[in-house]
Amino acid sequence: MIRIISILVGLFFGVALAWSFVVGAVTFAQEGKPETAEHAFHEYPKDLHLASDGAFGKFDRQQLQRGFQVYKEVCSACHGLKHVAFRSLEQLGYTEPEVKAIAAGFQVPGLDPNTGEQTTRPGVPTDYFPAPFANDIAARAANNNAIPPDLSLITKARHDGGAYVYSLLTGYQDPPAALLQEFPEAAPGTGLYYNPYFPNLNLAMAPPLMSDGQVTYGDGTAATVEQMSKDVSAFLVWAGEPTLEKRKQTGWPVLGFLLFATVLAYLAYRSIWAHKKAKH
Amino acid sequence: MSFPWAKEYQPSHPTMRWLDEKLPLPRLVYNAIGAGYPVPRNLNYFWNFGVLAGFCLMLQIVTGIILAMHYAPNALVAFDSTEHIMRDVNWGWMMRYAHANGASAFFVVVYIHIFRGLFFSSYKAPREMIWLLGVVIFLLMMATAFMGYVLPWGQMSFWGAKVITGLFSAIPLVGEPLQTWLLGGFAPDNAALNRFFSLHYLLPFVIAGVVILHIWALHIPGSSNPTGVEVKTAADTVPFHPYYTAKDGFGLGVFLILYCAVLFFAPNALGHPDNYIPANPMSTPAHIVPEWYFWPFYAILRAFTQDFLFIPAKLMGVIAMFASILVWFFLPWLDRSPVRSGIYRPLFRKFFWFGLIPAMAVLFYCGGAPAEEPFVMLSQIASLYYFAHFLIILPIVSAIERPDPLPYSITEKVLGEDENSALAPSAVPVEKSDAAPAAS
Ligand code: HEC
Ligand code: HEM
Repeated sequence: MIRIISILVGLFFGVALAWSFVVGAVTFAQEGKPETAEHAFHEYPKDLHLASDGAFGKFDRQQLQRGFQVYKEVCSACHGLKHVAFRSLEQLGYTEPEVKAIAAGFQVPGLDPNTGEQTTRPGVPTDYFPAPFANDIAARAANNNAIPPDLSLITKARHDGGAYVYSLLTGYQDPPAALLQEFPEAAPGTGLYYNPYFPNLNLAMAPPLMSDGQVTYGDGTAATVEQMSKDVSAFLVWAGEPTLEKRKQTGWPVLGFLLFATVLAYLAYRSIWAHKKAKH
Repeated sequence: MSFPWAKEYQPSHPTMRWLDEKLPLPRLVYNAIGAGYPVPRNLNYFWNFGVLAGFCLMLQIVTGIILAMHYAPNALVAFDSTEHIMRDVNWGWMMRYAHANGASAFFVVVYIHIFRGLFFSSYKAPREMIWLLGVVIFLLMMATAFMGYVLPWGQMSFWGAKVITGLFSAIPLVGEPLQTWLLGGFAPDNAALNRFFSLHYLLPFVIAGVVILHIWALHIPGSSNPTGVEVKTAADTVPFHPYYTAKDGFGLGVFLILYCAVLFFAPNALGHPDNYIPANPMSTPAHIVPEWYFWPFYAILRAFTQDFLFIPAKLMGVIAMFASILVWFFLPWLDRSPVRSGIYRPLFRKFFWFGLIPAMAVLFYCGGAPAEEPFVMLSQIASLYYFAHFLIILPIVSAIERPDPLPYSITEKVLGEDENSALAPSAVPVEKSDAAPAAS
């Protein structure tokens, strides 16, 4: 009895699926897959090699400092970094007084000690990077109705994070003629910029790194657009996961110990079982 | 328990003797996972995965309790509190990665454990109850993992919660109110997050309780084995300790190496980047996908694209998704073959390797792919096979197939001979379901 019911239930699901399949297949055969501008013109991130890549990766502190400088002088006008505290900058190799000075260069929200009114005050190392806009409405008003996202986690929140940011910064170009011809509606609207690395091809951020020498690096590195883009991407990889280096450094001794213990466990297993296995 | 030749606990130290009289806890352990539990001598590595699953559960509980000391279940701060764990709590990053990847490891282990049960028909008499409790554990695990994934309150947390609770709205009449009741609002918000946290903390302990029942039920007939031939004599078994404690120790080592390699070198590989974006009810992600371990069931859900017999497509998908797991409850009665092990079942084996396994692989793949062609058509074919396999093929194949000859006993299988086999009235090729001699 249970088997008859079971076969009937099986037929019920089977026929329902076959019906869905047939309708789907006929539609697909007739209409095919609609081609979209995103599908035809979106590009995957370019390769970016950072010192922190790979199982032995370590941050290149010199590069992180340069990247931080780009963030501070360019990106921080529009993007916050709210999960990063100034004190963490010591990990980039800055000294305590340097960190104090950097923090003091940012205005963070505070209260007037006499009136209790909301004001701003210079930052201290325990503060976090402040948001550049008071709220989302202000952010939209200043940025062509788009909100510049906080960058603390941007490299973890996108596939291929570091490479993605680098590609985005260096990927601005004129929309290809083929795109304008095939998908006129995909042409960038006012205040939008064409960038094939952005998922829907047009974004509201004007190219932030436009000309070589936009920042002046203290270590003498030539500040080409290419170089600045790499450096700020490296910095944002650090900002996304400051513990990345420690994680990889912890991994090796852990794996080493486990390997040793597992070999011992294997030998113990073999010797305990020696007389129970077939002797052939 | 189980077999008459099981060793008896004999405490030698006076303290242990005293304890054994007052509260025989050491005796319980001795009989459950010590020298007092005789186990077939021929288990292969697939039999390691139950112990590994138990380890994963403890790992999740320990790392989870530590995370809960720093996490704040409030929609305003939940996301920031997980980032606080990652950046500011000492070794917090390790705890969070250990917990998130621990959930994945748990599912890998449990899927292999279930696969073992399906291939060696461990669900058959006299082990039906072990299997049924296992399915309950799996359902509880899915609920726990789903609610856990909501806690960091990222984009996938929010939209996952919305889509999955939205499934209930497919139920006629009561659907919409039911969804609102489950969420404590019209969309996931603080009320939902709070109750999910509460239940996410509770359910692992419920799972631990069902695991105890699962093992209790196991100890009545004892473990099955790769031949599927029941234990006949003491020669067929070895004491759990030291034989299987040693083997499980080695298995645990291999597991930990793989787990730690992911944890320390690719901790985000199994997650979705969108969950590092704070939840935003105003912005729908391009592709809403659950965690990888739900993909086969998600593929089945989305395979139903047409209304059928006046049942709306969405409701069909929901029914089928639940049915795809609920059929496991009926397996002990759908598979009527008296032979357990797939090794001795030529026809069953063909459908298993060339039907069920490819269908599962396709469902896994399509569940994570966008809902467009050809993935929808592929999931429809694979889902069709999935249901046909359990509901139609298995009952028929098990009735018509001629099994290969079985070894007389486990000992004969291992050593090539068993002196008892000559004395036996006849080498019966097909085992009747002979429960182990019950003596307790
Ligand atoms: C004038 C303001 C402004 C400056 C300066 C600026 N951005 Fe942006 N940025 C925006 C806006 C606005 C968006 C949102 C674009 C959208 O969603 O269309 C954005 C988006 C982004 C994104 C996210 C893209 C995505 O995938 O969603 C990244 C990454 C980014 N900016 C990086 C940077 C970096 C790095 C710098 C410094 C070199 C920088 N931005 C400087 C305004 C700015
Ligand atoms: C069956 C066992 C369990 C499973 C399968 C499981 C699964 C999960 C998953 C998938 C997440 C989301 C991970 C992330 O993205 O960070 C999570 C988060 C969480 N879990 Fe569990 N969990 C289990 C047990 C527990 C237990 C026992 C506790 C506490 C007592 C716990 C506490 C937490 C907390 C506080 C979070 C949120 C913090 C975070 O997102 O990192 N879990 N769990």
